[in-house]
Amino acid sequence: MTESGFTRTALRIGTWLVLGFLYLPLVILAVYAFNDSRAMAWPPPGLTLHWFAEAAANPAVRAAFVNSIIAGSVATAVALVLGTLSALAVQRFAFFGRETIAFILVLPIALPGVITGIALQTTFKTMGLTFGLMTIVVGHATFCVVIAYNNVVARLRRLPRTPEEASADLGADTWLTFRRITLPGMRTALLSGALLSFALSFDEIIVTLFTAGAGTQTIPIWIFTSIQRPTELPVVNVVALVLLLLSVVPVYLAQRIAGDTAAITR
Amino acid sequence: MAGSGISGDTGGAKQGRGRRLARWLHSRPRAQLWFLLTAPVLWIGLVYLGSLFILLLNAFWAKDAFTGKVTPFDWTLKAVIDIATHPVYVIVAGRTLLIAILVTLTDALLAFPIAYYMARIASPRRRGALVIAVVLPLWAAYLVKTFAWRTILQGNGFLSWVLSPFGIPGPGLDELPNAWLVLSYLWLPYMILPVYAGLERIPNSLLEASADLGARAGTTFRRVILPLAFPAVVAGSIFTFSLSLGDYIVPDLVADAKFIGNLIYDNSSLGNLPVAAAYSLFPIAIMLVYLFVARRLGAFESL
Repeated sequence: MTESGFTRTALRIGTWLVLGFLYLPLVILAVYAFNDSRAMAWPPPGLTLHWFAEAAANPAVRAAFVNSIIAGSVATAVALVLGTLSALAVQRFAFFGRETIAFILVLPIALPGVITGIALQTTFKTMGLTFGLMTIVVGHATFCVVIAYNNVVARLRRLPRTPEEASADLGADTWLTFRRITLPGMRTALLSGALLSFALSFDEIIVTLFTAGAGTQTIPIWIFTSIQRPTELPVVNVVALVLLLLSVVPVYLAQRIAGDTAAITR
Repeated sequence: MAGSGISGDTGGAKQGRGRRLARWLHSRPRAQLWFLLTAPVLWIGLVYLGSLFILLLNAFWAKDAFTGKVTPFDWTLKAVIDIATHPVYVIVAGRTLLIAILVTLTDALLAFPIAYYMARIASPRRRGALVIAVVLPLWAAYLVKTFAWRTILQGNGFLSWVLSPFGIPGPGLDELPNAWLVLSYLWLPYMILPVYAGLERIPNSLLEASADLGARAGTTFRRVILPLAFPAVVAGSIFTFSLSLGDYIVPDLVADAKFIGNLIYDNSSLGNLPVAAAYSLFPIAIMLVYLFVARRLGAFESL
């Protein structure tokens, strides 16, 4: 079907409107980072770079950044291992309960985060665990497994089996075939899975508020508590802009790694 | 981890043992399967399903009147009855469901034109640029986006500045429709991407056949494109619906309203775990039904 000129124009306008809707809030927020007033009125009365220095020197922001990076890295490492193992099992073997395992793996992101949060919190409390970075990591790893799993499963589905069979025929054992054939084939999927799960962990608050306890702040938790304190808002603006700029990095990396945009969609 | 790739051979006895294990595994697919599945199944099974199970139990355990602690295996229906008899729980559940449904419908409506444009009209070059343009806001932090809307919606913010020439005041931060607006904004890319993929998969020949058989553009859209794209919409709706259903940050920050998640969070912070647990069974049940129906509609193939 060839769309009529009118339809094309209407669709083009609709596309631009939706893009405007997606980007307008981000642009406004970027402007606020340079706001020289503590008040958040629009338009800002003047511009300054003052808050950038203030944000960089803020000990709570620094501590939260470090916590977020640790939580993201550990959760991603755990998720990559568990996600890859389960993806290999589900995609390369036929066994009883395969469908069930595939379904259960997806549950942590299919069910609302508040459920994961309250369930983990209840369990940690029942077990008498101390809340902190450790409990945050357990929560994050649990929903990051799905991300790694999805990426690897999608790749394995497309990866031809013949090189693996050829490798086995040529006398390579299971481990050698995995290391030399399967793993290189999965490498970009693993990388984009790692990017995704790190980003997801870095961004997570719905589950994290339940598993963090009182003393530990990640970046999202710091933003959440600081948003409600008017004196902190100039620093929040700067942190928000920095996070916005940082979010370009994984998209760029995923582009470079995979060479196709399919790999960067959540 | 991912980038390390092929590591150099490590020498000696260790490698010998690894080799022997690998050779042993080679002819035993069952053992390979066990090796692959044990760790993930233990993690998801114990940590995740185990936690869900403990949550379920807590919904039916009594609270000690003096210590306020839950006493395990002291079975009671008190929490469930509390929820059923206090209208606030029913009202909040209704409100959350309503907003989640509205958000899903809004996102489906907003996603269709841009997804259609991307899939069937834009040149390949522009299509790539558009995919990135839709994906980028997805990677921007959730709280940053919510915060941006707070600054826009507040009394003297951007929206009231835009509306002031018309003598209309800004909405402020305590209106329920704000939650609908901001949640629709947050989850829109989750709808655009699967719908785009779904539309892109429709072969041109089908549309040509429809035209050859005398269907006008509108009829082809209604009778061919919509039914074929529907599973993709349902796939996107799993995200928009589930994420809205469980959100408790957005309603708090932009609408000053309580959603299901807020009551769960508040009850658990106040130490009323059984009520929090019992109330969380409601969104679980809703989502399980939703997932079941979505699977029936073929949405899982479009994920």
